[in-house]
Amino acid sequence: MLYDYILQLLIIVAQIMAVIAPVLISVAFLVYAERKILALIQLRKGPNVVGPFGLLQSFADALKLITKENILPSGSNKIVFLLAPIVTMVLSLAAWAVIPFAPGWVISDINVGIMYLFAISSLGVYGIIMAGWASNSKYPFLGALRSAAQMVSYEVSIGFVIITVLLCVGSLNLTKIVEAQQTVWFAIPLLPMFIIFFISALAETNRLPFDLPEDESTLVAGFFTEYSSASFVLFFLAEYASMILMSAMTVILFLGGWLPLFDIYPLNIIPGVIWFTVKIMFVLFLFIWVRGTFPRYRYDQLMRLGWKVFLPLSLFWVVITAGFLVTFDIVPN
Amino acid sequence: MIIYSLTFYLFSTVAVFSALMVISAKNPVHSVLFLILSFVNAAGLFVLLGAEFLAMILVVVYVGAVAVLFLFVVMMLDINFVKLREGFLQYLPFGLLLGIVLIIELGILFLTKNFPNTSTFKEDYFSNFSNVENTKLIGSVLYTKYFFLFQVSGIILLVAMIGSITLTLRNKDRSKKQVISEQNTIKASKSIIKKKINLGEGI
Repeated sequence: MLYDYILQLLIIVAQIMAVIAPVLISVAFLVYAERKILALIQLRKGPNVVGPFGLLQSFADALKLITKENILPSGSNKIVFLLAPIVTMVLSLAAWAVIPFAPGWVISDINVGIMYLFAISSLGVYGIIMAGWASNSKYPFLGALRSAAQMVSYEVSIGFVIITVLLCVGSLNLTKIVEAQQTVWFAIPLLPMFIIFFISALAETNRLPFDLPEDESTLVAGFFTEYSSASFVLFFLAEYASMILMSAMTVILFLGGWLPLFDIYPLNIIPGVIWFTVKIMFVLFLFIWVRGTFPRYRYDQLMRLGWKVFLPLSLFWVVITAGFLVTFDIVPN
Repeated sequence: MIIYSLTFYLFSTVAVFSALMVISAKNPVHSVLFLILSFVNAAGLFVLLGAEFLAMILVVVYVGAVAVLFLFVVMMLDINFVKLREGFLQYLPFGLLLGIVLIIELGILFLTKNFPNTSTFKEDYFSNFSNVENTKLIGSVLYTKYFFLFQVSGIILLVAMIGSITLTLRNKDRSKKQVISEQNTIKASKSIIKKKINLGEGI
């Protein structure tokens, strides 16, 4: 009886490790990829000294940061200040529990998978608010307020986009969402929603052109101005881990998850995990490409885009999709 | 089963403890953070009951949206909680009375055991659906049996929303606004004038 429990526990821990370790390693290489791609866009060379082609640059940076002194500002609220990066990091890793990498390759295949992802990503704002408030300093506080308003506004349109997809699937289970895309990926019939989701994902992860919470030209470094050493590393890791997570969500909702491009001979013998990874890398490339191309939004423009453009458009599309499905009698289940 | 009860006690103890901390923490921001912890633990309890949809909705709506705005307000306003607490002893008897009444009511409810059992409730209403996800179950009841009440509560929320917007909407003529379409259609010929300036004259 007891041994059964212990065995089960060990299996779960092993599964968690098998997911988290690749995610953290891919974060390191994502940082490298970002620096390299940005360098190519700006006609520079990028990191090329540490390791072959500069591949070990991120590891060197992490080591450097961790060995530095962790500074606690004297006016800060110590417990909340230390809790904030931990909360951010834990949340960005906890969401990976429900991501299906291939048929059956998922830690927990729950019925409300997409709701779980949505809930976890909406909790992400707390790490930022806590960091901004606990630092007891002007710039982090302003960054935290901006981020709270921004993330809440873009979550609304993300919610409607998810509803549109769910209408076409008839289930909240992520595996079923992917399986519903056997005939056609949702990116094609729901193209406007795909674009809205991608742009909202940029805002949700505080990436350029929506990185106002950490806008260096006005707010020094935004909500993590006062952070140093390991706690800064945690924020940094969490930001990139949630970037990968949002890409994985985009892939599952719109780009057919682990499904091959076409279900024909040479393509469908490639394992699902590889398709999934390649699609995630494609979306991540888009993230970095956008960063290298677009200027930062002004704050009022950002709010206008969220509430006055995306919200009505996505609400309208929910109604249109529901109407279409009912009229042509193709409502799933 | 042991794991199940251990998890239940973990979630419920933390929920009760954080609920206590909400009212006893000195710093209002800490209070809100404990409130969030309490919500999350309540969501955990829902998951244990098999109501995973309710759990997720609780986290998305209350923790993800309502509590963020709450935290926003508490951080922005300079509330002196020590001052608010001055009348504590004055209100204590009334609060105690309310608590005692609630406990007595709950006690009567449990002793008489007249309340509907959850399992019989399920059999009565959902005998047609076996092994259906509870998202579908809630949907099938909410949009059929309780459709009218559901719509009415939606309209009440809409009225509240319109009311709060009307209260905060300032005078329209006085507020400055940007017309984005004008900004986008502007041309260099309209906004820049080229002039030749003779030496020592200025414009």
